[in-house]
Amino acid sequence: MNLDLGFGADGFGVRDVITALLVLLSALMCFAAGIGLLRFPDVLSRLHAATKPQILGLIAIVADVAVTNPSVGTVTLAVAIVFFQGLTAPASAHMAGRAAYRTGHFLSDTLLVDEFARVEKPADGPDLDTPGAADAPDGAEAAEAADSTAELGDDSDSPADDLERR
Amino acid sequence: MIIVIAIAGLLMAVGAVGAIWRIIKGPSALDRIIASDVLVATVMCALGAEMAVNGHTDTLPVMLGLALFGIVGSVSVARFISSRDDT
Repeated sequence: MNLDLGFGADGFGVRDVITALLVLLSALMCFAAGIGLLRFPDVLSRLHAATKPQILGLIAIVADVAVTNPSVGTVTLAVAIVFFQGLTAPASAHMAGRAAYRTGHFLSDTLLVDEFARVEKPADGPDLDTPGAADAPDGAEAAEAADSTAELGDDSDSPADDLERR
Repeated sequence: MIIVIAIAGLLMAVGAVGAIWRIIKGPSALDRIIASDVLVATVMCALGAEMAVNGHTDTLPVMLGLALFGIVGSVSVARFISSRDDT
């Protein structure tokens, strides 16, 4: 890519290079999320694609704003934006994934490990009659904790951890 | 810089169109919720890119508001779908 096109005579500073790279990274994340939403087969894999611009694209673009305008207020707002997005995006993704599991909107042959099936059976329809759904507090809580760690990606020692937690 | 802006705008537009297409087509309401989250994230990235390119910080509070309250719709809909599935 010829970076000299479209610039003035004052050249192309390091800050402009960083701006261009971070904008392109964020745009690439948005593109990947759109393509992933179109191409992936079920809700859980679309959820995987959806988290790319929510965290990495947003971190890139907010760091870009902070690099372009470095001041105390800008950096504070940037840190606050990343903090609150990192606080709320996993929660909503967890709720959507749990709802997808409970209502059966996922392809069970694409799952490598289904730890949640030991506690709660995935239903084809509304599972209001499932006994472990709403009125089994301890088992449901442990399974929710194990499932959230598995969804967040660090499922290295999940089976042992799950047994230990119960 | 104009080339970078054009490429980034094209990529973000394709991502937004993919999200809107999944909102329209999505077989279940959960697909639509996830796609609307992606659309909100794309809008946030576009606002930030416009700020970074033009060198101002006017819409940072808008991004903060979207980051704070983007959870509300998806969590409420997922909460109600969890107990009642009418796709």
